[in-house]
Amino acid sequence: MAVTVSPERDTVATPMQRALREALYAAAISFGLFVLFIGLKTGQNISNELVLTTRWGLLAAVVIATAVGRFLYVAYGQPFLANQKITDVATGLLPASVASRFFQLPAFIVALVAAVVLFAVNSSLVGWVGAEPAGYLQFLRALSVIYVLACVIYYFRGFIHANFTKLGIAALILYPILVVAILSLMSWSFVGGLQGSLKWVDNFGIQILIYVMLAWGLNIVVGLAGLLDLGYVAFYAVGAYAYALLGTQYGLSFWILLPAAGAMAAFWGVLLGFPVLRLRGDYLAIVTLAFGEIIRLVLINWREVTNGSAGISGIPKVTFFGLMTFNVSDPNYVAKVLHLATSSAYYKIFLYYLILALALLTAFVTIRLRRMPVGRAWEALREDEIACRSLGINTTTTKLTAFATGAMFGGFAGAFFAARQGFVSPESFVFLESAIILAIVVLGGMGSLVGIAVAAMVMIGGTEALRELDFLKQVFGPDFTPELYRMLLFGMAMVIVMLWKPRGFVGSREPTAFLKERKAVSSSFTKEGHG
Amino acid sequence: MAATTLLDIKGVQTYYGNIRALNGVDVTVKQGEIVALIGANGAGKSTLMMTIFGAPRARAGTITFAGTDITQMPTHEIARMRIAQSPEGRRIFPRMTVMENLQMGASLDNLKHYDEDVEKVFTLFPRLKERITQRGGTLSGGEQQMLSIGRALMARPKLLLLDEPSLGLAPLIVKQIFDAIRELNRTQGLTVFLVEQNAFGALKLATRGYVMVNGNVTMSGTGKELLANPEVRAAYLEGGHH
Repeated sequence: MAVTVSPERDTVATPMQRALREALYAAAISFGLFVLFIGLKTGQNISNELVLTTRWGLLAAVVIATAVGRFLYVAYGQPFLANQKITDVATGLLPASVASRFFQLPAFIVALVAAVVLFAVNSSLVGWVGAEPAGYLQFLRALSVIYVLACVIYYFRGFIHANFTKLGIAALILYPILVVAILSLMSWSFVGGLQGSLKWVDNFGIQILIYVMLAWGLNIVVGLAGLLDLGYVAFYAVGAYAYALLGTQYGLSFWILLPAAGAMAAFWGVLLGFPVLRLRGDYLAIVTLAFGEIIRLVLINWREVTNGSAGISGIPKVTFFGLMTFNVSDPNYVAKVLHLATSSAYYKIFLYYLILALALLTAFVTIRLRRMPVGRAWEALREDEIACRSLGINTTTTKLTAFATGAMFGGFAGAFFAARQGFVSPESFVFLESAIILAIVVLGGMGSLVGIAVAAMVMIGGTEALRELDFLKQVFGPDFTPELYRMLLFGMAMVIVMLWKPRGFVGSREPTAFLKERKAVSSSFTKEGHG
Repeated sequence: MAATTLLDIKGVQTYYGNIRALNGVDVTVKQGEIVALIGANGAGKSTLMMTIFGAPRARAGTITFAGTDITQMPTHEIARMRIAQSPEGRRIFPRMTVMENLQMGASLDNLKHYDEDVEKVFTLFPRLKERITQRGGTLSGGEQQMLSIGRALMARPKLLLLDEPSLGLAPLIVKQIFDAIRELNRTQGLTVFLVEQNAFGALKLATRGYVMVNGNVTMSGTGKELLANPEVRAAYLEGGHH
């Protein structure tokens, strides 16, 4: 009997042995790391002498936690993840066994009942059990609602996957109506529902859609044409100031100034385009970054025109195509004309539909352009500029049209932003905004409209939702302010997404040329950085 | 063949900064010919190819195509004269599918003969048809070269420039590609100007050939003459030293 001794210890050891060994290593490493950080602490005593306090208990806790965590990960986490990967390729979803174990009918019914009961007794909850347990119960309610929704989505996953775009657009169109209806039902009054809907329609709906539109606009420049633009917010600023200045100085209507703002931004897009025609990659990024800062600094320092950092206020509201207005004092006020109760929610709902229309216009134009010569030239330019030229493509005009088109949509979004806020100042157009928009494009998967919309929802909706996490105060004490951790969580989420899906949420791109049948090109065929 | 001159390169000098890469090169390509330019690494073969396309631009001399001076034209205008190129390193679009790559090639022709030309490319390179929905970057080297040539053909060129089509490919694939070039020339009368290090294959394929050394054309003649020339044999065909 021939015995071969493997030099690789891992092949001999069982998974449990391997996990124990790894846990031991992890404990040793964390002990070495933390013995000085945590185990010892220097301080001063009353007579200003240096004293050394030891915290062996805490050190032991950290070391044990590391060891246990490593053990669990190696023994259970890794095999589970490996198993997931095997099934992922076949279905593109969670492995059926895991998902069906998680989503079961009895659990669904329990969660549904819990959610309904907790919603029904919501108002008297605090009186019955006190403030702190009520907070936990509300948390439980939120969890059961999420679970119920997840179950429904899981059940209809095939249908949702097949009709994702249509369902998404329908949901966006119905969103304000649903919000008002649900809140009216909960408070048993239509006006109450309207007032309650303000936060949901404005803070979530409009805010997210502005970023969806901006990211779709930037997607033309970065995702399609491959020109890394770090100063996109400049065009947003140009659009916003174009509307703010022309609207306040000349009293022109939003509907005239919207195209004007777009044209103005497109003009600045071309102006930026000329000097950077020869640049690519990092060099282009630096120049566009500088361009964004130049625009912001001009806005701050050209006081005679822009009113400096004080900004411009009293920007006129959008009218309902000139037929009705949203000013309470106006005889054509929408509630007077339609005999409704006075509420500021009408304007917000109108703005919601306006930005939705603008965003959908951006998406529509992008989709159409991709199938036209100029859009194809953008994509080819992203791939290989030299090959483009040798195929007879004028790379100068191609780049300029990409900059102009992207900037135009930024300008539209800017004019909308000015109308919504009623006030603009250079503070809204800092580099962080450009970075967030770019992050949305990258997270969504460059070039994918659906992916970008999802990324905007997660990033902007997520940061807004973190404001709402009051129950965390009950967990961490009243001094805990969840808002302060927003950016930390935001950054962590980005790192996790990029590790989990290095090409963004939707990494595949839809081809535009076919022989007979349509097929999405999967990103799994190409390595990162190559495709 | 009393054919007309299609491409006429006269006294072309090209510089990279202050370094002269071409010292007054004269090359002519006549209608319906396959002309091969052979030479060692760094002889300036690819530089000449790129100079025809205006990047880098010739500092002296003239390049005439079908009677038009193209020396100072922008690259994309030169391409619009119906000169197509399969550039060095193939330069296909890696994230685009095979079909999209071919479509990009046809954009010069405004997609007028798109369906017809796609079929022609697939008859020439049946391998590409099996790969139509695949991304360019995932193709093998030989398939990428076929795609690069196919993409160039989609523009219905009058002159096809090929920069080292055999680079890094297995001998069998090289043979397939050379056969395809010969086929194109024979059936469609396509004029081809190719740059090669594979001197034997290129000269066997070519009607005429040029030998380039250190930025100068040192020899020229028909393919057969050059193949038989002792100097060429010593330098490029035997012994294996370049």
